[in-house]
Amino acid sequence: MSSRTIVNIGPFHPLQEEAEFYQLYVDGETVVDVDVRLSYNHRGIEKLDESKTFDQVPFVVERVCGICSASHPLAYIQAVEEIAQCDVPERALYLRTIVNELERLHSHFLWVGLAGHFLGYNTVFMWAWKYREPIMDALEATTGSRVNYANAKVGGSRRDIPDEQLREIGKVVAELHRPLDMLTNAVLDDPVLHARLKGVGVLTPEEVKAYGAVGPTARGSGVPIDVRKDDPYAAYDRVDWDVVTAPGCDVFGKAVVRLLECYEAIKIIQQCIEQIRPGEIDAKLESIPPGEGIGHVEAPRGETFHYVRSDGSNRPVRHKIRAPSYVNIPTFKASCIGQQIPDVAITLAAVDPCYSCTERMCRVVDVDRHVKVYGIDELVKLSQEKTRRMRRS
Amino acid sequence: MSVTQQSIDVPLMGFVGEVIERLGDVVIDVEQCEPRRGTARVDPAKTMEAAQRMHAMEGCRLATATGIEVRDGIDVLYHWAFEPAGVVITLKVLAARPELALDAVATVVPSANWIERELHDLLGATFPNHPDMRRLLLDDTWPEGLHPLRKSFDQIKDRPPLPPNQSPPDVETKAPGRDRS
Repeated sequence: MSSRTIVNIGPFHPLQEEAEFYQLYVDGETVVDVDVRLSYNHRGIEKLDESKTFDQVPFVVERVCGICSASHPLAYIQAVEEIAQCDVPERALYLRTIVNELERLHSHFLWVGLAGHFLGYNTVFMWAWKYREPIMDALEATTGSRVNYANAKVGGSRRDIPDEQLREIGKVVAELHRPLDMLTNAVLDDPVLHARLKGVGVLTPEEVKAYGAVGPTARGSGVPIDVRKDDPYAAYDRVDWDVVTAPGCDVFGKAVVRLLECYEAIKIIQQCIEQIRPGEIDAKLESIPPGEGIGHVEAPRGETFHYVRSDGSNRPVRHKIRAPSYVNIPTFKASCIGQQIPDVAITLAAVDPCYSCTERMCRVVDVDRHVKVYGIDELVKLSQEKTRRMRRS
Repeated sequence: MSVTQQSIDVPLMGFVGEVIERLGDVVIDVEQCEPRRGTARVDPAKTMEAAQRMHAMEGCRLATATGIEVRDGIDVLYHWAFEPAGVVITLKVLAARPELALDAVATVVPSANWIERELHDLLGATFPNHPDMRRLLLDDTWPEGLHPLRKSFDQIKDRPPLPPNQSPPDVETKAPGRDRS
C-alpha cells in the first residue's frame, strides 16, 4: 500500500484574516501535490459595496486586509477617479505615497519576523517586530489609527499631515536604517540561511507569467513587475527609486527583495517629505458620471486590482476586488511540489499569505487510518530542527 | 465583423490600438482606446482564441476577470495587464442566457483557474471545459443554483440556513475526566 498521506494546513483560525486550507499530498517526506481551498471567512464585500455610496466604500475596502489597508482603498479610489476623470491635487498625491510606503515598511518587517520564526530564528522575530512598532506609532500619530488609516478619499486626501509630523516621520524612517542593515546582513551573511533558503520553493519566470504572480513573489524570480513603476500613481513618478529584483527564483530571492525594498521605501518617504509643498488636498468631486474604471496599486504583497462600474447614481453597480494573494497562492502548485515537508512551511510563508495564524491548526492525517500524525507545532519544530541540524554540521 | 469596420467610433492608437489590431477577427467591437486603458468586446465563440493570442504576447498576464450581470446574461471581463507598458486591456465576453456558458480560459492560462471557479460560484456562469470546476468560494453545504452576487439575491431574505454543526472524526469532543458519574 502506498504511504501517501495528506498534510492539512488550515483552514480556520479566528485571528487569521485570510482563512486558507492547504492540503499537501505527501509521499514519505516529499510533497507530490498541493490543493488549496479558501473562503472560509468570505465576507461578501463586493456585494456589500453595491449598497454603499462611493464615499462609504473606502471604509469597507480598507477592512479587506489589516495589512494592506492603505492599498485597497487607494486602488478603489483610483478606479473611481478614472471614471470621473478628476485631477487630484499634488499634495494629496504625496500624502498617499507616504502612507502607502509606511504600510509597505511595516508589512515587510512583519514578514521578516515571521520568516525568522519559521526557520527557528526567534531573535529575528523579536527584533523585526520591535523595529516595526515605531512605524506603526508614526502611522497612528499621523492618521489616527495603527491599522485602518482612512487617509485617502475620492478626489484627494481626507486629512492633511502637518509639517512637524512629516518631520517626525522622516526621523522615524531615518532611524530604521540601522536595524534594517542588521536584518539584511543577518540574512545575506548567514551561511545556514543560504543553505536553508537557496534552491527552495523555486518559481521560474515562465511559471510567474502562467500563474500571473505579482509583487515580491514575481520580483524574487527576476520578473520586474511593479505597478508603481509601470503604471505610476500617486507621486511615484515624481521621486527617484528602483524596482528591486533578485535572480534566484527561490525563497532566498523573495526574502532579499523584501529587505531591499525597505530601503527603497525609506528613500521614497524621505524624498516625498522633502518635495511636498503646501496646497489643496481635495478636488471636491460632486458626482460620479456613468462609466467603468480600473485602479491598481502595488500593495506590500503585490498588485491589488479593483474594477468599478458606475451608472451615474451615487452607488457603484459593480466593484471587483482582486487581492495579490489570490494570484500568488496558486503558485504553490509549482513551487511546493518536490519539496520536503520542513521546507514547505517557509515556501508557503515566502508568499506572505497571512500564514501566521495557521499555528495550531495544521494536522498531518494518515489517509488510511484517519489518525493525527503531526500538528502545526510539530511542523514548525521540524522546520526549526532542520535549521539547527544544518547549523551544527 | 472586422476591427477596421468597427473602429470608426473609437480610433485605434498607440500600444492599446496595436494590441487590439493584433487580436484580429476575434474582436467584434472596440469600446475604449486610451493610452493606458483599452476595452474591446470579443466574440463569445472565440474566447479561447483571444486568450491564446493575448497570452502569447510579450509581457502580458491575466490580472483577473470580473463578472457583471446584465440584461442578456453575464458579461465576463478579462483584464489583461501589460508590463512594462503599464497598460490594462479588458476583453468583454457575454455569456448569454439561458445557458450562461463560455469556453474556459483556464485551459489556456492557469491564472484563470480560480477566477472562473469564482464566477461560477457567485454568478452562475458555466465553463463546460474547465479543468477543475469544484467550488472555490461557496461552502459545500450552500444550495446548488443559488448565486449570491446576482442582483436578484437579497442578502437577508435569500440567505440559506446554516448547516448543522459537525465535529471532525479525529477530534476528542469530550473533555477528559468529565464522564466519572
